[in-house]
Amino acid sequence: MSQPATALADRIVSSLYRRAEELATASVTRRARGRDMTRIIDNLLTSRLTGFPIMLLTLGAILWVTVVGANYPSQVIGSVLFAVEDWLTSVFTTLGWPDWLHGVLVLGMYRTLAWVVSVMLPPMAIFLPCFTLLEDLGYLPRVAFNLDAIFKAAGACGKQSLTMSMGFGCNAAGIIACRIIDSPRERLIAVLTNNFIVCNGRFPTLIAVSAILVNQLTRDSLGASGAGAFASLIVVGVVLVGIVMTLAVSWVLSRTLLRGAPTFVALELPPFRRPQVGRVLVHSMLDRTIFVLLRAMTVAAPAGALVWVLGNTMVGGQDIVSHLAGILGPAGRFMGLDGFIVGAFILGLPANEIVLPILMMSYLTAGKMIKLDGLDALSGTLVAHGWTSLTALCYMLFSLLHWPCATTLLTVWKETNSRRWTLLAAIIPTAVAVIVCIVVAQGARLLGLE
Amino acid sequence: MGPDGPRDRRRRPTVRQASAFPLVALAGNPNTGKSTLFNALTGLNQHTGNWPGKTVLMAHGVTRHRSRSYTIVDLPGTYSLLASSAEERVASDFLCLKPPDVTVVVADAGCLERNLNLALQVMEVTDRAVLCVNLVDEARQRGIELDLRVLAAGLGIPVVATVARKGRGLLELMDAVAGICDGSIVTSPKRVAYEPDIEEALARLERQLERGLPPGAAARWLAIRALCGDPAPAGTAAAPRALTPPVRPASAAPGFGKGLTP
Repeated sequence: MSQPATALADRIVSSLYRRAEELATASVTRRARGRDMTRIIDNLLTSRLTGFPIMLLTLGAILWVTVVGANYPSQVIGSVLFAVEDWLTSVFTTLGWPDWLHGVLVLGMYRTLAWVVSVMLPPMAIFLPCFTLLEDLGYLPRVAFNLDAIFKAAGACGKQSLTMSMGFGCNAAGIIACRIIDSPRERLIAVLTNNFIVCNGRFPTLIAVSAILVNQLTRDSLGASGAGAFASLIVVGVVLVGIVMTLAVSWVLSRTLLRGAPTFVALELPPFRRPQVGRVLVHSMLDRTIFVLLRAMTVAAPAGALVWVLGNTMVGGQDIVSHLAGILGPAGRFMGLDGFIVGAFILGLPANEIVLPILMMSYLTAGKMIKLDGLDALSGTLVAHGWTSLTALCYMLFSLLHWPCATTLLTVWKETNSRRWTLLAAIIPTAVAVIVCIVVAQGARLLGLE
Repeated sequence: MGPDGPRDRRRRPTVRQASAFPLVALAGNPNTGKSTLFNALTGLNQHTGNWPGKTVLMAHGVTRHRSRSYTIVDLPGTYSLLASSAEERVASDFLCLKPPDVTVVVADAGCLERNLNLALQVMEVTDRAVLCVNLVDEARQRGIELDLRVLAAGLGIPVVATVARKGRGLLELMDAVAGICDGSIVTSPKRVAYEPDIEEALARLERQLERGLPPGAAARWLAIRALCGDPAPAGTAAAPRALTPPVRPASAAPGFGKGLTP
């Protein structure tokens, strides 16, 4: 901006301010106020000493409620839906319909949908309302305040912690939220790193897999409540790895591709407001949870059918899924995963919600059949296909760090209007995921930990 | 996720119907309760949350008041119409290019002064404005009392107190909106007088700008924007080049200039 324009702007703006001040002075009276609770609470929430522990405790508490609370409904929904599958199968048998039709519709589509609903619905229905309540209360700006200095140190904008928080709901929403960042440089950093925040399409997966990891590590020695707490600790750990990665990649970007000094931002701490509980519950259940679930289901149904077809089409004495898994196998195992897992992540590009169901489908169609009843079947199937605690850990890390889903990539493209940045938004996380998984897997094997 | 959850579509009028209704825009500083007010008026479920900057996309809805319909637009929060961030410019461009039938400036009663700054700017854009002083319950708890009559007299536009969360004051607000729409309320905004040399420059620029603008556009405010060095809104051949040097970040990377601005 040229100098004279700035000087003129200053004079114009100060005329406006002077008038606003006159009007406010004439119409506002302030009584002496009593004890200001907001200030006391704010001091606790944003102090150096207590701010971070409270943040971690809050995150841990929400995740714990989600892990523990989702377990039972998941079992119930799972057993109901899989009972329906048995019923459907008997209907198909009675009517004498061909096997392939039963395979595509019931074993492919319906079963994948059943996995998506039973694994995804309960955690989402608990996590999203909790998160929205915090948002309504006014906690997010305090989080932003706490993290401001850290983001500045990483060369990014303090408001990035707000867009990051929106990413917990959905990365695409988080990326649109990046419009609140003024500087294009800082905005791009926020857009490119939003994917490292676990979205609610990945939360349920992480929760399910963390339960398996806990089971592997402790062999039921903790009891149900202990296992729940441990599982939520692991998920908190994964979320923190994501935040650290956000900062690390922001730091690297602000020193390489997107060089520049962080700009100053004014952050407003609004007063706490009692959340509109009824509204939040209705809104986050109907509008967000059901919306996200429906979106996942529309992608999952055809994907499930496709996987069944691939898993039952024999080419050279082997089905196509096993062929693909064989090709991807060596690379997968080098990262602590296997060929089926890598394949599921690739097929899961449309939506993160369907990665785990697709993986289950590929294991089940290509390998051993296991009686499915609820979530126990999930861990049973995975362990039967050679999952160790290292596999579970690498799976979680890869899920956390890998490329964004198609919707998110599309949003990046719309927001940046550039194919190059969209490509980078896919390449950077993928590279990070591959490197981290290789380091973890090879490190663990070197130390003989697997 | 878009503003329209799957449930809302049924009761929503078609675009053609909705565009026939008077257009009412909600403008205001971030986190003053615009989206809450929007939801209360339209019955829609626009996402709300207690943090500044939450609304980045405009949402449209329809409200009925005394058997007439109005289209309501929820604008992203902005501290100033002279702002530079992408989401703030949405509000500014929207108001300047085709001022709505009525613009409701939603203000936080708790920090009126800062909010009035925006109200004064909106009054530069349009005569047809209402000041909605929201969150008056919260302000009262903090010991802040407002004299709305003094405020209305000082601004020259209707001033209404509301608590949008509880639906208080919405009738009065819509009465004021309806009054401006049907001409029963005529506002006489008391505009800010800038220093004489600035006023003179503005008058000259305004005349120059009017030629390149769609009818009804706020030439005076666009002139102020140009004087302040703000780029012209997208889609106008308006602002003279000399006054608006293109603002490019020093760190421009490849593919960068193509625009992050939506």
